[in-house]
Amino acid sequence: MAQEQMRPNNQGEIRYLTPLSVDTRKKKYCRFKRSGIKYIDYKDPEFLKKFLNEQGKILPRRITGTSLKFQRRVAKAVKRARHLALLPYVTDLMK
Amino acid sequence: MNKYETVFILTPVLSDDQMKETVEKFKSVLTDNGGKIENEENWGLRKLAYPIENKNTGFYTLIEFEGEPTIVAKLETAFRRDEKVIRFLTFRLDKYAAEYAIKRRAVRKAKQEERAAQEAAEKEAAPVAVEAPAAVEEAPAAEA
Repeated sequence: MAQEQMRPNNQGEIRYLTPLSVDTRKKKYCRFKRSGIKYIDYKDPEFLKKFLNEQGKILPRRITGTSLKFQRRVAKAVKRARHLALLPYVTDLMK
Repeated sequence: MNKYETVFILTPVLSDDQMKETVEKFKSVLTDNGGKIENEENWGLRKLAYPIENKNTGFYTLIEFEGEPTIVAKLETAFRRDEKVIRFLTFRLDKYAAEYAIKRRAVRKAKQEERAAQEAAEKEAAPVAVEAPAAVEEAPAAEA
């Protein structure tokens, strides 16, 4: 008896200051597959910077959403660019 | 026969003539060994992302060429022997890269032509360019 009376009250108590973000995350996608890019150019450091963090490290696939095939190619392009001093190996505050 | 692409960085202490001479030297290494140069780009003096041999800038040159695999070793020994070269990278173009290279060349060429056309237009008397659109605007008004 006592429990049944409590329930409606408890439900009324739960309030959030900001609306809950449940399942509002956008689905990640591989931008190379979507836009049909087949070759990633190491000569374009500005483009490659999209796949680096502030320290110049390559971002993981789980963040960029790149497919495995293109992640390998991104990594290769970034490494070539680093060798040719188009991108730094280590840095701070790149962006 | 494979397609290759090579980029090398020359020291910034060279004069323009010396730089061109060095580039010619490497081009002759390629042509003497049965290579065919398809494209050459001079990116000019660029800032390096990190210092190499205590230098912060360098002359970048890109050469696309076609040849037998043995040519790469010859080119790279030439790079290593020359102390004016501070960095180089050579690799084989796969089919996607080759496609991209052709597209890139076309884009660059178009841009260059556009720039040349623009400069030519600017060189030609500026008042002519101003007068022309005014005349076009007047014509429809007269018809109405």
